[in-house]
Amino acid sequence: MLFGRVVGTVVCTEKVPSWRGQRLLLVDTTDPSGASTGGRVFAAIDLVSAAPGQRVFVVRGREAAVALSNPENPADAAIVGLIDSVHEPAVGAPA
Amino acid sequence: MFLARVTGTVVATIKHAHLHSRKLLLVRPEPTPGRPQPPSVIAVDTVDAGLGDRVLVADEGNTAAQVLGMPRGPVRTVIVGVVDEVMSEAGPADGAAGA
Repeated sequence: MLFGRVVGTVVCTEKVPSWRGQRLLLVDTTDPSGASTGGRVFAAIDLVSAAPGQRVFVVRGREAAVALSNPENPADAAIVGLIDSVHEPAVGAPA
Repeated sequence: MFLARVTGTVVATIKHAHLHSRKLLLVRPEPTPGRPQPPSVIAVDTVDAGLGDRVLVADEGNTAAQVLGMPRGPVRTVIVGVVDEVMSEAGPADGAAGA
């Protein structure tokens, strides 16, 4: 699972039927501290009611497609959690 | 699967039902010498790994489903082992000194 930040919303009136009622958000990948990694921004299906600006974690690939109960879900990215906090002591520091 | 170092913990109250009451850890993949450091990722801990542990991480949905004992869901990255020792032609290939 990857770190990301919601940077926008995508509205599609016409979309695949299995996505009816689902929200699509734009996600920028970040490092654990929340800084953008400069990668391509992508659209992801939102499973946790995320909002723009929020830090989230995202699953990509086939696992995004099995996130909805409807098996006919063509998503290749899904937001599966809202990040409250990340604790990462400095590398090399005594534990 | 890849070797990684547990470098932190992740707290998320709101998450997909598949991840409820699962421990999420931040893992930094060990880089291949001469290649860039791959980004850190979030993994579900299934082996009671802790901060600083060298671990084996699987990044595949079917593996995750088996290990977690659940039907397939939006989880693919799971810690499946705490590494005691690695022997390879390239030497110890340990990601951090003094561990």
